[in-house]
Amino acid sequence: MRRTRGKQRLAWLAALLLVPGFVLVFAVFSPARAAGGTDPFAGLASPNFDNIQNAVTELAASGNPRARPVIAALADNRLYTWRWPRPDNGLFIKDPDGRFVDARTGKPIATPPFPIIRPVIVNDMVRSAIDAAKGMLDLFSRNVTVRHQAAEALFEAADPDSLPLITRALAHETNPGVHALLAEAEAAARLKSAATPVPEKLAAIRVIGARDDLAARSLLASLSGAAPPVAAAAAAAVRHIDRVLALWNILETVYYGVSLGSVLLLAAAGLAITFGVMGVINMAHGEIVMVGAYTTLVVQQFVAAVFPALNDWSLLLAIPAAFVVAGILGIIIEQTLIRFLYGRPLETLLATWGLSLILQQAVRSLFGPTNVDVTSPSWMSGAIQLGGLTLTLNRLWIIAFTAAVVGLLMLAMRVTRLGLAMRAVTQNRRMAAAMGIRTPIVDALTFGLGCGIAGIAGVALSQIDNVSPNLGQNYIIDSFMVVVFGGVGNLWGAVVAALILGIVNMVLEPVSGAVVAKIAVLVLLILFIQRRPRGLFPVKGRAVEA
Amino acid sequence: MSRRISRLGDTHAAITIALVLGIALLIAFLDVGTAANSPVHVPDFVISLVGKYLCYAMLALAVDLVWGYAGILTLGHAAFFALGGYAMGMYLMREIGARGVYANPILPDFMVFIGWKQLPWYWYGSNHLWFALILVALVPGLLAFVFGFLTFRSRVSGVYLSIITQALTYALMLAFFRNDMGFGGNNGMTDFKDIAGFSIDARATEVGLMLLSALVLAAEFLLARFLVRSRFGKVLVAVRDAESRTRFLGYRPESYKLFVFVLSAIMAGIGGALYVPQVGIINPSEFSPGNSIEAVIWVALGGRGTLSGAILGAVLVNYAKTWLTSALPGIWLFALGGLFIFVTLFLPRGIVGTIAAYFDRRRKPAVRDQLLAKEPSAEPEPVP
Repeated sequence: MRRTRGKQRLAWLAALLLVPGFVLVFAVFSPARAAGGTDPFAGLASPNFDNIQNAVTELAASGNPRARPVIAALADNRLYTWRWPRPDNGLFIKDPDGRFVDARTGKPIATPPFPIIRPVIVNDMVRSAIDAAKGMLDLFSRNVTVRHQAAEALFEAADPDSLPLITRALAHETNPGVHALLAEAEAAARLKSAATPVPEKLAAIRVIGARDDLAARSLLASLSGAAPPVAAAAAAAVRHIDRVLALWNILETVYYGVSLGSVLLLAAAGLAITFGVMGVINMAHGEIVMVGAYTTLVVQQFVAAVFPALNDWSLLLAIPAAFVVAGILGIIIEQTLIRFLYGRPLETLLATWGLSLILQQAVRSLFGPTNVDVTSPSWMSGAIQLGGLTLTLNRLWIIAFTAAVVGLLMLAMRVTRLGLAMRAVTQNRRMAAAMGIRTPIVDALTFGLGCGIAGIAGVALSQIDNVSPNLGQNYIIDSFMVVVFGGVGNLWGAVVAALILGIVNMVLEPVSGAVVAKIAVLVLLILFIQRRPRGLFPVKGRAVEA
Repeated sequence: MSRRISRLGDTHAAITIALVLGIALLIAFLDVGTAANSPVHVPDFVISLVGKYLCYAMLALAVDLVWGYAGILTLGHAAFFALGGYAMGMYLMREIGARGVYANPILPDFMVFIGWKQLPWYWYGSNHLWFALILVALVPGLLAFVFGFLTFRSRVSGVYLSIITQALTYALMLAFFRNDMGFGGNNGMTDFKDIAGFSIDARATEVGLMLLSALVLAAEFLLARFLVRSRFGKVLVAVRDAESRTRFLGYRPESYKLFVFVLSAIMAGIGGALYVPQVGIINPSEFSPGNSIEAVIWVALGGRGTLSGAILGAVLVNYAKTWLTSALPGIWLFALGGLFIFVTLFLPRGIVGTIAAYFDRRRKPAVRDQLLAKEPSAEPEPVP
């Protein structure tokens, strides 16, 4: 009795020992078997990191259509396998919503094998293999942009080991842009390889040198320790790239300067009418701009509430709305305040300053003191690449918009009846009146036009600046500077002045920092006005007054 | 006729000085000399508040001197006020000595904070009060001299001058906001402990500073009064009303303007220097263009070209500001804005100017007619 019980116990013990033993044997042998077979997924089920890493690389090169989702799942720790290895090397992907699919087929699994699986764990080596594999997969993607990015990554990596891959991709590539980029990546990889003969390296330097960008420069600069002819060629290429980059740099500064200048010009264009043409010192000009910006907000909210489909185009609606709102506000200001103060510029200055305080406080109590959120439409976000220049779309739109507004304004002054009347009244008020022009109405309309333009400026500024009750104060001094610098009574002067101020600001900024640049511009302006008190393009003749 | 006006002016000056000194003494007495539970007792905080008004009155006086008598509408005079304040603030910072948070006996806290190891050269000597007092006059005066010399010589006037003075104070504000300037950046200077050995928070110091402000204001008023009634002042008014004509008569308007501009800047700087110990802080927002324009409206309300009106306007507007910002905070900017419009449209001579015109009208109609015919204007009437 005792003996049989002892035998039973022994058998149990043997069984207990044997099962893990089998498991262990399986664990050791199954990956090896799988690697020798045709299943590229098998290595992923292995507990051994080396096997996983090899499997990832193999899988990426296999061209298997399931390679991408499986590797992505592995990267996100969503790839599962049996907790204890089984001969089928089962692999399962857990969807983000918790369902399991078979990794090899992508078919959903009816009964989740949840308790008996484990996630496939990755370490740093496997991660880098995953990254490389993604690059490899991307290289054969159907999407041109993805291929482009992958080729760029290969260029930057400049890894001689990826040469066979690049050669294969080159043979497949049909898009000329990506093809050229791959050729550069091939050149970069060759340069880094010790096996490449010198003439081929020189050819590679020529290919890379033609890129003219920072990535090429850093790659070539790293060759200074190479064989003399290679190093010399690389140094020459670096010098060439430096020259090209300096040129792009200048162009970029000019672009930023023009961009800043167009903002200044937009803010100042209305002032060029009210101050420049009429001689009214409107210190509330900035607040009119602010009213335009808040009109944009109101229009946007109205459109979002009533025609949500037009959300992206509410800005186009805001332009006429802001013009009308600001223009009517301007006419009211002219009728109730300004017209009593003609000929007393300093009093006008004080009264309109008071008006600006009132408008600010009114907006503050209506919309709150904090920044409000004016959204940008989708067609204004993004950037385009022009050679070495990155042009952000919203800046480009503002430049174009400014050009359009100022162009139309000039045209209106030149060809419309109101423009004619305005110029007549400015040049000789009494004679204009004698010729039948109703000067009070022209005054009101001119002021309304200037304010309307300021309102339109508010629409544009709402896209690049914070919309708050203080918006106007940030622009008022700059706007006056533009008009005074350009020469009062001269729209072209304002255009030139705004562009000069913008570019000078941007040239100084990298040297001295933004604030010092601004101070320097102000001081330069103060000194300039000493030399030419009437600005860049003074209006000459008897019409000029003090 | 001119004798009558000048006699009126004499009474005028006597009343002004008596009011300034009398009210200051009265308030000081009501604070120090009465029991805390007495119905006429004035609480301590009123002392530094009145002191602040008196300093603003100095700024207003300075603005009136250049705007009312020389026709220079300066929109940047608060810059001189703030510079004087900073000069005093430097001294007060050094007086803190090792009692600062970082306990550095030489460097002010903010310099230790941004990692400076030694005092920049322009801080040398700032530990002496006499040196600070020289700076208080010298720095605003020098800036006004350089700016005025360039500006008046090239005959920049009217609106252009106003705009570039505004640009000047704006540029200074941006500059003082920078930490690298070595003036405390955004936070400015504060946490003062002593002035000339007296604790700055002690009641006796506060009362003393307030009375000193009243005395200095009275002295500045007398000086300005003397100046505008002298031969020099007559030429100044001539420059204001017809600059070209004065020039053709053989005077040099730019020299007259420059002198009065520099003097006015120094007067504003002294105001700032007295302001800082009473308020206990100086920071770059004092340079903001709005402050300068506000000073102009004080003058406009009180009466441009009257000197006493400037003092009255500064005290009235600032009293209203103190009262309104605590009673009805949302209303203050509406009220100030409305005041600008009201004064320019309906009260172009200001309070004192209107009252003086009323008395003159009672005495002699001819004077009234003449005064009405000639509105003060900074520029020649535009020829249509």
